[in-house]
Amino acid sequence: MQKLLKNDRLFNIVVPVFSALLGMLVGGIIMLLGGYNPITGFGALIDGMFGSPKGIGEMIRAASPLILAGLAVGFAFKTGLFNIGVEGQLLVGWLASVWVGYALDLPTVIHVPLAILAAALAGGIWGMIPGFLKARFKVHEVIVTIMLNYVALYVTADIIKRYLYAGNEKSYKINESASLSSEFLASITNGSRLHWGIAVTIIVAFIMWFILDKTTTGYELKAVGFNQHASMYAGMNVSKNIVLSMSISGAFAGVAGAMEGLGTFQNMTVLSAFTGTGFDGIAVALLGANNPFGIVIAGLLFGGLNTAAPQMNFNANVPQELVEIIIALIIFFVASGYLIRLILMRFSKEGK
Amino acid sequence: MSFLDILAIIIPAALYTAAPLIFTALGGVFSEKSGVINIGLEGLMLFGAFAGVLTTLALQDVVGAASPWIAILVAALASALFSLLHAVASITLRADQTVSGVAINLLAVGLTVFLIRSIYGKGQTDFVDFRLNKEDLPFLSDIPVIGDIFFSQVPYTSYIAILVAIIAWYFIYKTPFGLRLRSVGEHPMAADTMGINVNRMRYIAVLLSGAFAGIGGSVYALSISGNFTGGTISGQGFLALAAMIFGKWHPIGAMGAALFFGFAQSLSITGAQIPFLKDIPSVFLLIAPYVLTILALTGFVGRAEAPKASGIPYVKGKR
Repeated sequence: MQKLLKNDRLFNIVVPVFSALLGMLVGGIIMLLGGYNPITGFGALIDGMFGSPKGIGEMIRAASPLILAGLAVGFAFKTGLFNIGVEGQLLVGWLASVWVGYALDLPTVIHVPLAILAAALAGGIWGMIPGFLKARFKVHEVIVTIMLNYVALYVTADIIKRYLYAGNEKSYKINESASLSSEFLASITNGSRLHWGIAVTIIVAFIMWFILDKTTTGYELKAVGFNQHASMYAGMNVSKNIVLSMSISGAFAGVAGAMEGLGTFQNMTVLSAFTGTGFDGIAVALLGANNPFGIVIAGLLFGGLNTAAPQMNFNANVPQELVEIIIALIIFFVASGYLIRLILMRFSKEGK
Repeated sequence: MSFLDILAIIIPAALYTAAPLIFTALGGVFSEKSGVINIGLEGLMLFGAFAGVLTTLALQDVVGAASPWIAILVAALASALFSLLHAVASITLRADQTVSGVAINLLAVGLTVFLIRSIYGKGQTDFVDFRLNKEDLPFLSDIPVIGDIFFSQVPYTSYIAILVAIIAWYFIYKTPFGLRLRSVGEHPMAADTMGINVNRMRYIAVLLSGAFAGIGGSVYALSISGNFTGGTISGQGFLALAAMIFGKWHPIGAMGAALFFGFAQSLSITGAQIPFLKDIPSVFLLIAPYVLTILALTGFVGRAEAPKASGIPYVKGKR
């Protein structure tokens, strides 16, 4: 145990796993207090996630934007930046993908990548703004990104109403040639809405790993995250790295929006409130310890929890919101890693 | 339509929508002055709205029109208790304060809707019978011209909010308590050396922010929305956060900014009645508060600076 605590890399895995279990445990206690049966509740939840091919398909579908949002948050975290603006970047990316998907008529091999790139570009620009303001004016990125979330929410709604409105609070549908949806994936999962987005997601996760671990740029980004002053004395351009990190983070978030626009919905709704994906992305990144592989796993878990929630409600009568409670609790526990370290230390002392 | 008629529409509407923002922004001031970032204002407000509506529904058959006023007090207590989570996580357990605030927001939505479903079997509550009504202030509303503009058709809570802002300013800038609060947020180590219990001050400040946000949330629910759903607060807490920053972490500034944001919000609704405003697309009015806040932070509208130690957990003996 002592060894485990000294080994930071291992500890980085222990904290999230422990937090996820604690979150589930407290979720179970809340079910008990609410007068529900936690065993039936969790049973239904697991059944909803893995019980049928359709359940698995929906889990993977819901996981794609969550993983991408998590990658966006995680990437910024690595440079010591906190991107709460994933929600807004996701929205502008969603809009851009739908716009390109609807307005152009191209062969699929060009159209799909183009629409995704448009989403990445839109999200990247939206992420660049707080990055630039931080680098140039030393404005804290948390506040700016929160404010930009609302600007994105209202502006995208307004643009849809003005230029892309198909009636019934929805934009026009994208052209068939820009769609990520797949008859094949739907058929092997018994008619779920699973689409090729998951492939895009895995590619992006790979890109993040590659940039951070295999390139000089990634090394600089991480160095700035560890210690700005040291990086500066080592001759790195801190401002440039901050802007770059926020732009890449925003681009990932934009692609998350494309998953909704080109995959799940094929259009965009005039939203009056946030999707919540961006905020869940914070939870995904924390639980995945900012590691691309960990984020994929965490995203699958949260995607599954979200899609299985109706099943839990149906079978065990537990309100769906329990899932949100569990996610929030997991964030608390991961963030309070200090607590978990304390608990484990206590145990290890007693064990001696 | 004369200019005075227009003012008589705009200003009461602005006062009406600003009250919840003022209370919540003041809560933010307390927390951040002590050095604890509170992104959780949104969730604390939601929890206050929840507690306020539930209390009103429970009491309205017994005490009638007094029920919303009791509900506000209950909401203040409830949200203060809820904010204890943020305090424990970010002060004692040294969690990242922003992350903890995000968790508070998610937890508030999940928990309140979970409870509403458990209690009522549906996703929203009924509408309350007694709201905080728009009223004409006695005597003052009879003053010619000003009476119609400033003292008619506004709930009492709006005036209370302004009064509380002034009291908060007095507390923070003119009393020993306020000096300690500020010192803990600017330089906790110096404060500790002078015998101030840093973490206790911070706990008090976070609990106060919870109480104020609870008041703000319940005032919003009981004057504007009238019932409770998971989407009741939809961004008011973040708007209050923006007001606090735009007001440069100062109670009176925060109040002024909240009034202005309330004004901008109400314009996007009342604007349709007013000749030259109805030509401005409402989206500009909707995004104005957020854009202005960003501009304020960058220094285009007077630079806003946060307390120095905000966001940093205090660890005794650490340099």
